[in-house]
Formats: sequence, structure tokens, C-alpha cells
Amino acid sequence: MKLDELIQSSGEWLRGEGPEADIVISTRIRLARNLSQFPFLTRADEAARVEIERILSGQIARLASRKSLNYFDVTSLQRLDRQFLVERQLISRELSEGQGPRGVGFSTAENVSLMVNEEDHLRIQVLRSGLALESCWQEINQIDDLLEEQVCFAFNEQLGYLTACPTNCGTGIRVSVMLHLPALVQTKEIQKVFQALHKIGLAVRGLYGEGSQAMGDFYQISNQTTLGKSEEQLIKNLKDVIPNIIGYERRCRTALVKENRQGLHDQVSRAYGILKSAQTITSEETMQHLSSLRMGINLGLIEDLPIPTVNELFIFTQPAHLQKLRHSSLDSGERNVARASYLRERLAPQN
Amino acid sequence: MKCQTCPSPATLHITEIVKGVAAEHHFCDECAQQYLSQAEAKGNDLPPGVAADEEGESKLKELDQLACPNCGITFKEFRKQGRLGCPHDYVAFQEELLPLLESIHGETQHFGKVPKRTPDDSRKQYRLIKLRGELKVAIAEESYEQAAKLRDEIQQLEQETQTAPAEEETE
Repeated sequence: MKLDELIQSSGEWLRGEGPEADIVISTRIRLARNLSQFPFLTRADEAARVEIERILSGQIARLASRKSLNYFDVTSLQRLDRQFLVERQLISRELSEGQGPRGVGFSTAENVSLMVNEEDHLRIQVLRSGLALESCWQEINQIDDLLEEQVCFAFNEQLGYLTACPTNCGTGIRVSVMLHLPALVQTKEIQKVFQALHKIGLAVRGLYGEGSQAMGDFYQISNQTTLGKSEEQLIKNLKDVIPNIIGYERRCRTALVKENRQGLHDQVSRAYGILKSAQTITSEETMQHLSSLRMGINLGLIEDLPIPTVNELFIFTQPAHLQKLRHSSLDSGERNVARASYLRERLAPQN
Repeated sequence: MKCQTCPSPATLHITEIVKGVAAEHHFCDECAQQYLSQAEAKGNDLPPGVAADEEGESKLKELDQLACPNCGITFKEFRKQGRLGCPHDYVAFQEELLPLLESIHGETQHFGKVPKRTPDDSRKQYRLIKLRGELKVAIAEESYEQAAKLRDEIQQLEQETQTAPAEEETE
């Protein structure tokens, strides 16, 4: 598979299917693993990194037949291509901007990705549309088992899987659910949610994980700790709390409609209007209006647009995607024009 | 959670290792800035009050010199970059890391997936350690039926680990 072919389609996780898909965009689980016979990457010289990459890319090739994985050597990718993969959630910013031999194997459907030589030797990720904690865990656990048949991961009885950063040791698992919470943001109730989540040891992050801003009212809720609780317990913690947040967002939406249906309908329609007709638009403004529009569709205020299209637009209007679509390098001003033009095309009545 | 010095909500959470003991601090943005600049002005990263403790300082210096025999990383380098150098660091710096892990995770014992294949067949060793502990409890509680069951299981596991080719773990 060629990287450029990806622009023709979007990942399966954007399809807006699965339980609670109006609020839950996606579920993701990742595992951090290290080969026991090598130092962690901070102390690994070039030769060790080459060897780790050779072993793990070989393992990914072995898995390829079962999972239809494509492996890319990240060092040979252009900056734009690396950013493109970050926007699609297939690699992390750390892998994109890192140094030395590193790579990624991901499935054609874009719901499995294995990063080599990121912060740890291996980061396995499984991504699904909607709320799908169990099926994510089943698949990632199976991939981990298949790898463990062939390689030895650093592990000790007391501290579990050993990772470069002590914050990940134990299970090495991060379970995250990405939620779209526009009504909680608009009513400013979101702060209460953050505080409650913090108290029970769950972290809240933006669209692109650690350190990223919450764009388009998207929030990733994930476990903070990895040691001392089993994978199933950590998953259950999230599974227990997510329905409460979904319920809270739904109640806020209902209240917004009840208080001022006309005002809300106006706000959503104006957002739609701007997206359909703007001649130049920033990424930030796009995200904000797409968020309104997405909520409007879910509330039945807008009827002529399917959710998967809106989900896709969040990703396809980002800088690297626009440049891939236009087959050229664009500065920020040119991107704003290209973004507006792309939005007009996608939102034109015949589509 | 509230800031520890003023009533604003805490947005910054700092874990500090002093003399091998982890301490948590919770600040709002403003107080965090103040705290960090104070620590900087003192020329080290110890919290005020502790910094004056000379004994503590020399102990910390000693601690910083501690190096992993496997990868060579010093504890100071780890403190600086927040990343360990190799899996063996968890053993080499165990005494210093355990309080830190406790403050991060609230736990210091893994409970969850165990790889099917581990170096030195440590999974069986781990199970043995656990079973022997349970046997002790069973005997103390005079649950002899349970104890007999555990003893059989232990004997079986011991035999299995003895027959493992590279392992000579005879009891």
C-alpha cells in the first residue's frame, strides 16, 4: 500500500458506528512493551536501535498476514507524510518528531497500529468507532499474545511490564475513550466533570493526547495509573464512568433545546452556513463550527448531512490532509483558502 | 482538588523525590510559578525548608551518584529526564523508585497480565512465591485440607521448574 492512497478513504473508526456513537467518537487501547534484552531508547545507541527495529519490524511482518498490516520506515517519510499520519491518529507526535531508526505498522482499516522505537520499543494501539472497550481489549491482548510467542518483553513479578517511564509500568496499558461534549462545554458544566474524573484517577486530554488542546469539544478520558490493577479492572473503571458522562451530556443537550430551541437551531444553522459558504477559514474556526454542526445533526436540527461526513471533515480539514488533497505544499493563508474550498465542495447539496 | 496554598483549584501536580522519598504538591498556576521560581532561586530543585537540611543534601548527592551496573544511567540522569535507561534500573534503583511508584500509582505490586514466556520462567517462580505464602496462612489458620491442596500444587510446580532445561532451582 502506498501512503498517498490513504487520502482516498478514512479510518474505520471515523464511521460513526457502534454504541453511543453520537457522543463517543472512538475507543482506543494501547500497550507499552520493551524487548528485555535491550536498554530503553534513552540509553540505546544507533546499533541497538537498528537491531530493535529489525526485530520488531520482522514481528510486524509475521503478523501482517493475519492483520493486513503495512509497515513504514518513518525515517524515510517526508515531514508532511509524518504529520499526515499523526492527524489520522496512526502515529504519535513523539514518533513523528523523533530521531533514529523507527517505524510504524498499521492495518488497512486503520484500527491497529504498532509503533516501533517511540518512547518504548513497541507501542501497540487498537482503535474502534464508538464505545467498544471489550473488543479493543480482546484484539490488543491477542496481538500481544502473538508477539509474546516470539519475543521476550521486559517484565518483573513485582512491577509487571517494565517501561521507559515509571508512569507506564505494570500493565503498560492506556485505555481512552474520545467523547464529543459540546453541551457540557457550552453550559460550562465540563469543569465539574474534570474535577470528578480527576478524583477517581482518570485523566482528561485533548484530541491528540498528552499536552494537546481540546479542539472541537473533543475530550479523551483515560486511566492515569497502570500499576496495581489488572487490565480488566482498569477497563471496568472507565466502563463504569463513561455512561455517566454520556448521560450528563445528553441531559445538558436536552436542557439547551428546552430552554431555547430556536436559539440553538439558529446557532447550529449559522455554523452550517459558514462552513458551506466561507471563502477562507482557520482550522480553529472550522473545528468550532463542525462541533456545533455535529451536535445539531444528533439533535435532529439538521437533517441533510450524515455523521460520518462530519467526523471525516474534522480530520480532512487539518493542515497535512489539505496539502495531500491539493498535492502541494501550502502556507497557512493558502491552507485557509483550500480548507474553505474543500468544505464547500463536501457540503454542497448534491453530496 | 484545591491548591495547597490558596483556595483556587489545583491545576499543576508536582511529584518530587527528596532523599528517595516522593512528595506530592498540588498548586494552581500562579502558586506553581511562585513555588518553582523559589526552588530555582535556591539553586536546586528541593522544596523550601528541605533545602536547608545539609544532611539531606549530601544524601541526595550520594543518591544522584547511584548508577545502574547494566546501562550506566545515574539516578540523577533519570531524575533530570524522567526516563529510565534499561529494565534493570527497576532493580538497581528499587529503593528509590518504590516510593515514587507508590505516589504515581498508589500501588507497588503488579496485578494483571503475566507474559506466557518470561525470562527464567519467572511466572512459575512468582506463582510458587504466592502459593508458599498461602500455605503459611493456611497452616496458621489450621485449614489443613486447604494446606494439603496447596502443598500438592507447590510440589508439582517445583518439579516442573526443576525439569525446565536451563533452570536448576532445586529447593
